Amino acid sequence: MTSNGWLQFAVFSALLLLSVKPVGIYLAKVLEGERTWLDPLLRPIEKLIYKLGGVNAGEEMNWREYAFALLGFSAVSMLLTYMMERLQGWGPLAASWLNPRKLAGVEQALAFNTAASFTTNTNWQSYVPETTMSYLTQMSSLAYHNFASAAVGIAVAVALVRGIKRMSSPTIGNFWVDVTRSILYVLLPGCAIFALVLVWQGVPQNFHPYTQATTLESQTQTIAQGPVASQEAIKMLGTNGGGFFNANSAHPFENPTPFTNLLEMLAIFVIPAALTFTLGRLTGSPGHGWAVLATMFILFAVGFTTVYWAESHAHPMIHGAQQAGTATAPGGNMEGKEVRFGIAQTSLFATITTDASCGAVNGMHDSFTALGGMVVLTNIMLGEVVFGGVGAGLYGILIFVVLAVFIAGLMVGRTPEYLGKKIEAYDVKMAMLYVLIFPLIILVLTAIFVLAPTVGLSSLNNAGPHGLTEILYAFTSATGNNGSGFAGLNANTWWYNVVLGGAMLGGRFLMVVPVLALAGNLASKKSVPPSPGTFPVNGGLFTVLLTGVILILGALTFFPALSLGPILEHLLLKSGQLF
Amino acid sequence: MHSVWKTSIRFTLVTTVLLGFAYPLAITGVAHVLFSHQASGSLILKNGHVVGSALLGQSFTSDKYFHPRISAAGNGYDAANSGGSNYAQSNLKLVQRVQGDIDKLAAQNPGKPVPIDLVTASGSGLDPDITPDAAYYQAGRVAKTRGIEEGTVKQLVAAHVTPRTLGLLGEPRVNVLQLNLDLDTMTK
Repeated sequence: MTSNGWLQFAVFSALLLLSVKPVGIYLAKVLEGERTWLDPLLRPIEKLIYKLGGVNAGEEMNWREYAFALLGFSAVSMLLTYMMERLQGWGPLAASWLNPRKLAGVEQALAFNTAASFTTNTNWQSYVPETTMSYLTQMSSLAYHNFASAAVGIAVAVALVRGIKRMSSPTIGNFWVDVTRSILYVLLPGCAIFALVLVWQGVPQNFHPYTQATTLESQTQTIAQGPVASQEAIKMLGTNGGGFFNANSAHPFENPTPFTNLLEMLAIFVIPAALTFTLGRLTGSPGHGWAVLATMFILFAVGFTTVYWAESHAHPMIHGAQQAGTATAPGGNMEGKEVRFGIAQTSLFATITTDASCGAVNGMHDSFTALGGMVVLTNIMLGEVVFGGVGAGLYGILIFVVLAVFIAGLMVGRTPEYLGKKIEAYDVKMAMLYVLIFPLIILVLTAIFVLAPTVGLSSLNNAGPHGLTEILYAFTSATGNNGSGFAGLNANTWWYNVVLGGAMLGGRFLMVVPVLALAGNLASKKSVPPSPGTFPVNGGLFTVLLTGVILILGALTFFPALSLGPILEHLLLKSGQLF
Repeated sequence: MHSVWKTSIRFTLVTTVLLGFAYPLAITGVAHVLFSHQASGSLILKNGHVVGSALLGQSFTSDKYFHPRISAAGNGYDAANSGGSNYAQSNLKLVQRVQGDIDKLAAQNPGKPVPIDLVTASGSGLDPDITPDAAYYQAGRVAKTRGIEEGTVKQLVAAHVTPRTLGLLGEPRVNVLQLNLDLDTMTK
């Protein structure tokens, strides 16, 4: 660990925290349908989308209608993506500028897995993009879902916030309007600027066929390109994480410089962080928003510190190499890492991408130290509520807030309240449903695949306890809609593709429906004025309680699995055991 | 229910036109006007032929060139098949590979510890850079093979060190392809 590494962390944190208030205010305006400075340009386009899309923008929906619209939109757009993948090699879709490599249609199980993956904001990739997906598929289907799935996340979050805010209301907003406004006023303008900055720094944006270069030693190097920058921008800003190339943000064409690395990390966190301010503003309790943000920041800082510490360590079994850092070389665990990022920027990126449900990687998590890999895995296991995915992070942590308030209520023996709403049996049931579905899918499926030699174990790239971690990571990442991987695992088999695809759909939609049910139930309640017995949801005490609930629930659920995977691997490696 | 399906289909199609086509095509157009070189992949031309991209590493095995990092992309530096080794720290194959490479390099440069980036595979398999330490480590071999002063080669390396951005971001590094191109020009 170096002082420069800590300084980079401090600068990142300062830039992020400075963005929270201005972006949070802007998001509140957009989501409440107020006028913004982009209205003269975008309002006509917004109206046109409603007209052509058949949306009645004035309609208010109850939670069931909202959920049906969400599920219908997701189903239709997922089906379209599946068809596009299957048909990319057919007739006019294979026109040379849209598919210069003449890539054939994607096989069924892989096409299902990928369609589920991008619809659910997971962006798990069982395939090598350069050799599987045509420019057309990447641009019109995969990058499309990067926008759509992120906007759906924001919509669910704002629906829940409305549920908290509204009194005796049967409705929680209009799904189509929330999605449209999130895309048009937030994601699209942000991406247009970000994409051009990325191109300036070196990210390609073209439809050229792959370039044949003759290297200085007269070998042929085929250079894959494509419309990368436009996809890269939304991949980060929408916390999607699906790379245009197999190596994702480690690839110099996706992340060419330390500066783009900083911007990509900020792009992951900027909306999730700002949404905490939006929460405080829309519910009229700014202190609550800051308390939620403080909780997230504490968990983020602890995660980064641990990963950075672990990755800075020398490999105990390698001798004769300069593994300690020097002024001009980072040292540490450089397997799977890029020189331009070194240990500090890779550790920071890995922490951020797993705190959020992003899943982009700028270094290979599979090659991280056992403990470094354990922290990024644990970040996902905590439910990706440390800033979290766009929207998904906010509604995820609000579930934990409900549970924290409930536990505080139990401790003092009175009915818990949250921002003027009584938290009753139905609300806690929905919250518990959300919290239980997640580990249930992960642990059951991991157990099944670990017990299946031909279906599960034959895909492993590493033996011993690390093998267990590879499978555990895959199901955690899929169910958590993260999408990063211990990428050595060959997940492009029929069984993995189908079951991981199912886990992604379960991890998204089985969890979104209880959130909307909670939103609907909260909205229908009357407001109770605060009394001296009301547990405050701002300030240090609440931050400590919320942090504790997240850690206890998340960590205790998964500790047995972690002790058999990364913890065991760490102890065995220290005693000289390799696999 | 009927209207949900109808709206879903219409909304998906309309937004696909906007986000799946209009957005990337508009970015492509503006990018080529403003940053044509970068938008086309930062390709390096020599005598009218593409020799590589300034951003991508390529394979060098001859002793007269500086060598890049280990690459797990395809058969090595395959720019259409990027990726890392994904070996765990506890993987025997990783330790054997790294230790084997260290022993080979140590024979050329006895007594000096090998910079770790030179014997580890990058995440992309296309890392264009090595650390300044790893470049200086190879200067003696390159100078000897080319029959020039080691000091001259070291000066060239020093001129190719890219410092941290703003003195703060990332790590100092040396682009291997650019260094080797200038090495060829210098000793022509």
